[in-house]
This record gives sequence, C-alpha cells and structure tokens, in this order.
Amino acid sequence: MKIPLKYSWKNLAARRSTTALTAIGLALVVYVFATVLMLSEGLRRTLVTTGSRDNVMILRRGSTAEIQSSIDPEQSAVVAGFPEVALAPDGTRLVSKELLVLMVLPKRGSQKPANVTLRGLTMVGRALRPQVALAEGRWFRPGSSEIVAGNKIAAGFQGAGIGESLRFGQREWTVVGILDAGTTGFGSEIWGDVDQFRQAFRRITYSAVLFRLRADADFDAVRKRLATDPRLTVEAKRESVFYAEQSEVMVTFLTVLGMTLSVVFSLAAVIGALITMYGAVASRTREIGTLRALGFPRRAILIAFLLESSLLGLTGGVLGVLMASGMQWITVSTMNWQTFAELAFTFTLTPVIVGESLLFALTMGLLGGALPAARAARMDILAALRAG
Amino acid sequence: MAFFLRLILRNLMRQRLRNGLTSLGVVVAIVAFGLLRTLVDAWYAGVEGTAPNRLITRNAVSLMFALPIHYGARIRQIDGVRVVSHITWFGGIYQDPKNFFPQFAIEPASYLALYREYLVSEQERAAFLRDRKGALAGRKLVERYGWKIGDTIPLEGTIYPGTWTFVLRGVYRGADAKTDETQFFFHWEYLNETLKRWRSARAEHVGAFVVGIDPPERAAEISAAIDDGFRNSRAETLTETEKAFQLGFVFMTEAIVAVIEIVSGVIIVIVLAVLANTMAMSVRERKREYATLKALGFGTWHLGGLIVGEALLISAIGGALGIALTFPIAAEFAVRLSNWFPIFRVSESTVVLAAGASLLVGILAAAFPVWQVWRTSVTDGLSSLG
Repeated sequence: MKIPLKYSWKNLAARRSTTALTAIGLALVVYVFATVLMLSEGLRRTLVTTGSRDNVMILRRGSTAEIQSSIDPEQSAVVAGFPEVALAPDGTRLVSKELLVLMVLPKRGSQKPANVTLRGLTMVGRALRPQVALAEGRWFRPGSSEIVAGNKIAAGFQGAGIGESLRFGQREWTVVGILDAGTTGFGSEIWGDVDQFRQAFRRITYSAVLFRLRADADFDAVRKRLATDPRLTVEAKRESVFYAEQSEVMVTFLTVLGMTLSVVFSLAAVIGALITMYGAVASRTREIGTLRALGFPRRAILIAFLLESSLLGLTGGVLGVLMASGMQWITVSTMNWQTFAELAFTFTLTPVIVGESLLFALTMGLLGGALPAARAARMDILAALRAG
Repeated sequence: MAFFLRLILRNLMRQRLRNGLTSLGVVVAIVAFGLLRTLVDAWYAGVEGTAPNRLITRNAVSLMFALPIHYGARIRQIDGVRVVSHITWFGGIYQDPKNFFPQFAIEPASYLALYREYLVSEQERAAFLRDRKGALAGRKLVERYGWKIGDTIPLEGTIYPGTWTFVLRGVYRGADAKTDETQFFFHWEYLNETLKRWRSARAEHVGAFVVGIDPPERAAEISAAIDDGFRNSRAETLTETEKAFQLGFVFMTEAIVAVIEIVSGVIIVIVLAVLANTMAMSVRERKREYATLKALGFGTWHLGGLIVGEALLISAIGGALGIALTFPIAAEFAVRLSNWFPIFRVSESTVVLAAGASLLVGILAAAFPVWQVWRTSVTDGLSSLG
C-alpha cells in the first residue's frame, strides 16, 4: 500500500515559510553550481566555435599560444607552398601568414587596462574564417592604416568604435568596420593588414600560418612533412583543436572552484533540509502513528518522507535554475590565462547543465531527508500515537 | 539579566540536534566565506607586495613588447631617479608544464638593491652575483622542489627556445608575509649573451625597467618625465607606480574576482535562510509560551531579546568555531595552491568580516520570528495549537 504523492506535496505546501526558507537555501547552492558550469561552458563554446576543423594552424614548436610563436619568412614560405594547401576556385592558395600582438587598451568608462589581441592578416585570412562577417562599416583596405574591431571590443574599449582611431607603432589607425564574429573568440580581436602591422611593430617574423586543407585526410601528410623537413621548426594543429586547448586552464580552474564551492555550500543547504525534515517528522509523530495503525507499512512511511524531501530539493533546484538562467544575458570579459588576451564570453545554459543542476538538487534533498525518513519509518506505532 | 541568559541557554538546549546542526551550518558557511575572502586577497597579493618608491617602465603597446636596454642609461639621468634595474619574464617550464613558478632574468645587483624585502645571506648573495649562470630562488619554491644550494636546475624555454640550465646559488626569505617567496631569478646577461650568439632581434632588450625613486611623492612627475623622453621613439614607454602596474594585472581578471566576491556573499545568505528557518520553527513551537510571558507582563522588547539572543548565540558559536577552523584549512590550501597563489594567508580583515557576517546572520535570522511574536496577541498565542 502506497501513500499518495499528494500527501508529501500537501505537507510541504502546508508549512509554507519553512519550505520556502529551505528551498531558498537549496536554490542558492544550485544557482552557484549552475552559473559556474554555465561560465565554463560559455568559455569552452566560444573557443570551440572559434576554430574550424579543416583549417590547419602552424606555430613554432613548443609554443602554446599564437603570441609566443614566431615563424621566419623562409619557413612560412615553405609551409605556404605545401601541396596539401587548398586552392580557391580562382586558383589562389588558401593560406594566410598572420601576425598576432597584444596591446593594452583602456576600457571605456572605467579606464581599466586590458590586453587586446591585434591580428594582422590578408584577404585570404578573412576567407579562411567564413564565420566572421562585417556588422557595420567596411573592411580595411590592404596597405592602409585601417583596422576593423570585433563586436566585443568596439563597445567596450576606448578608441575601438567605428570612426574612432587607435595609436600604435607611431601611427594613427582608423577603425573602419565592426566585425560580427558570432560567439567566436574573433569578436574579441582587432584585425588589420598583416604587412602594415609588421612594419608598425617592426617584426620580420610571423606568429602563425593558417591554411585550409585540401582534403580532411591530408592532415597526417602535413604532420609527416613537418616532422621530416629539417628546415622547419614548427608544428601543426587543427585550428579547432588549437582553440579548444586554449580554454583548458580556465575551464579547469572554474570547474574545480565551482565543484568545491558547490560541495561545501551544499553542506549548509543539506543541513537546512535535514532540520526541516526532522521538524516535519517530529510535528507529525501522531499522524505517522495513525498511518501505521491504518496499515501503511514502514516502507510506505519511508518513501513518503523521502518523496517529500526530494520534492523540497527539486523545488530548490527549479528555483535555482530559473535564477541561473537569468545570467544568460550577461557577457563576461576577462583575460584568458593561456593567451594573456582579453576574451568575452557569455554564461551558456545547456540542457545538460539543467539536468545536472536538478540532479544535484534532488541529491541534496534526498541526503537531507534520509535520516529523518528513517526515524519516521522506525517509529513504534503505540509510542507514536501516544506522543503529545 | 542573568535570568534572561539562563532562559536563552535553556531554550537553546531544548532542541539540541536542531540548534547543533544549525551551528554546524554556520561553521561551514564561515569557513567557506573566510577561504573565499582569502582567495580574493591572494589575487591582490602582488599589489600588497609593492613599494611606493618603485616605478615600472614598460613598452606602451603591451608587456609582450620589450624595451632596448640602452633606455636604462637615459632613465638614470632623470632627476629623482636613484636606481634603475630591469626584469624580463622568462616563462620556462621546469620538468612539467604543471610546475609553474615565475622566472625572471634580472640585473642582480641593482635589483636586489631595489627589493630589500628579499633577504639573502651575504655569502649567498655574493655567490649569486659572481656566477653568471647562478640563480636565486624563494624559500617556498626551494622547499617545493627540494632543491639545495649548488643544484643544477634546467628550464625548458617557451619564449626563448632550448634548455637553459642554472645553478642554485642562493635562497631568499621574505621580510614579511606579504613577500612572494616563489620566484626564481637569474642573470639577464646569461640570457642576452645566448641571444646575441643566435643573432636574435631580441638581444639587448629587457621586459621592463624597475626604477627606484626618491622621494616617492614625485612618482607622477618622474613617470611623466620618463615617458616624455621616449615619446615618438620606436618603442614608446608607459611608466606607472609598481602598485598601479600590479593592479593592472588584477583588473585583467577582475571578472573572476567579482564572481568569487559575489559567491562569498551567497553562502552567507544560504546560512541566513537555514538559521531563519530554525528560529522560525522554534518560535512557532513556543507560541503559547511567548503568549504566557506576554500575559505575565514581559514586554515585547524582552521577548525580542530572548529570540535575538538565541539566534545570536547559535551564530556566534558557529562563527567562532568557523573562524578557528579557517586557519588550519587555509594553511593546507596555501601548500596545495602555492603554484597558483604564492600568498594565501587569512588576513585580519577577513577575520573581522567573518565575525561581522556571523553576527549579522544571527540578528537578521531573528527578525522575522520576532516580528511574528510581536504581532501575535496574547489571546491568539494562547489559543494556538502547539
């Protein structure tokens, strides 16, 4: 014989303030849990969508970020001549030698400094990144002191808006366009002509060479070629892999921090649930006795109270997820430790995170309800009925 | 008064399990709060370790760009400048990328003159200055890897390719707890000679100049004088106080700091909800008692005092235990996180904040139940069912 679910639900509803206070505690833990997961998911997604699988990134051996890498013109010419490089319909080789530098720019308003990525590239470099379009204005003209700013940069940094100008390399650079880079990391970059940047920063070398693969299977051939050519001290990575790796340190940090916090915070919330459920059992001692006398077995009592605490946990979980989902409209901009460059990303809520959060809430509810439910189930019928 | 205290204590002991659990909740919350505040402090550790008489001159574009070494001589001529040294980030890997610690190429004599908080014995200092391939490392770093004076330490360069080997010649201690004891210093000359041999464009360049000035009050004026001297040159400079320079690093990741700060507030709200629930439950059970006390002539202030006192006692016990526990736990974290946070120390302000938070929680948690008791008339209270 089972006690209907309604019994558990009605009991929670009857003690409204206690239920609410406990659920708020649980909800806040779920909120922290979910937002940290959303933060690392947002960061991961941004970097995963930045790279394409069919592009190959060539960097100096041993460098983990583009800014650490340098490739001299001879080596980059060798790489650009690889037969694995795809050709455009008009016969142009789809390869881009690029220069990447960091520049400190003050944020609008607060004037606080941040490292912004400047990427020097060619027309082909733009073609290799079809996910990046122009939101406003026009592209920079090759051979000119013109630049285009990512959508995440234009609004947030002084001098990066359309029509404004930035000063570096003893020149003024006019912002002629704004990039719409979707959710990719390119939205946090400023693009200009690579040869103009090389002159301005007095760099002979490039940072990286990017090219489109002729066929997906050619990647291994490229690797083999790099390993056997004694002139080359570079290594190849798929662009998608390269960018995905750049989120690792931050994602690990956020995940470790988030999980530690969630576990510790959940202790406090579980204690809240425990208190509430002990209270529920104590104030209903006679009721439990009556249920037992009516013939409900111990197991039914146990299940009824476990259901009650699970419902309590889920209420907190739903509340917490609702609170966390409001964070989706917030964009975080911070320095990525692996690249030292500013990167903007949003809190991203996925069905998996919702599921994990609710499961976490349910677990907290069950943990809080286990001991009180056991106490309720173990009660002696006569003693319970006689209780004041 | 004594009567009141006894009543509060008796009330507290009536629900030992519930009140004990609540106190435990406060302990957890205060420990978590204390550790999070300490984490925020650790973020600012670099700023804490700065001195007002030191300026940092770097390339105006960003730290990625170096400055020619000959700038040093021109900076030295500026009025108010006492010592000029320089520092270059090396970014090497010791055995495994996980073994992170900061490594700097420096001009040893002038650098140690500027950073008097790095305490080195006269003998080790002389040995370090003498050996071109010598290195000076912080006490914590040396302990972490079990190095001894005379050990050879290989670093795999990421910015400067190849394997570089150094001989540990000295160990420095910090003059106070604010000094970072996890840094690794070596001679810039050694780096530069190798770069010159390679005919690298990076030879004869340094990451930044450290400028010792006197008096410190002239920092703004001297900074402007340095930067003016290099305006419209190939490498324009940006000079700021060491503190502003370090704050720049904090600002770059301040979104993360903000998240930690918000979260440290959230745990306090969570435990507030738990304690408020406990107090609400206790007060509900004692509705008739409070009505009786009211009927006997005890004022609402007395009743309020009873409830607030009980809540405060629960939160104070939890808070005191929590603060006491924060220290050993933070010490454990300090060892485990020393790769990331060289200084992880519970500050006095953290203790004060934690104590304040636990008292605030006690008072706020009692507010709702007190209001309920105030509102309930004697007849309503007496006629309520237990």
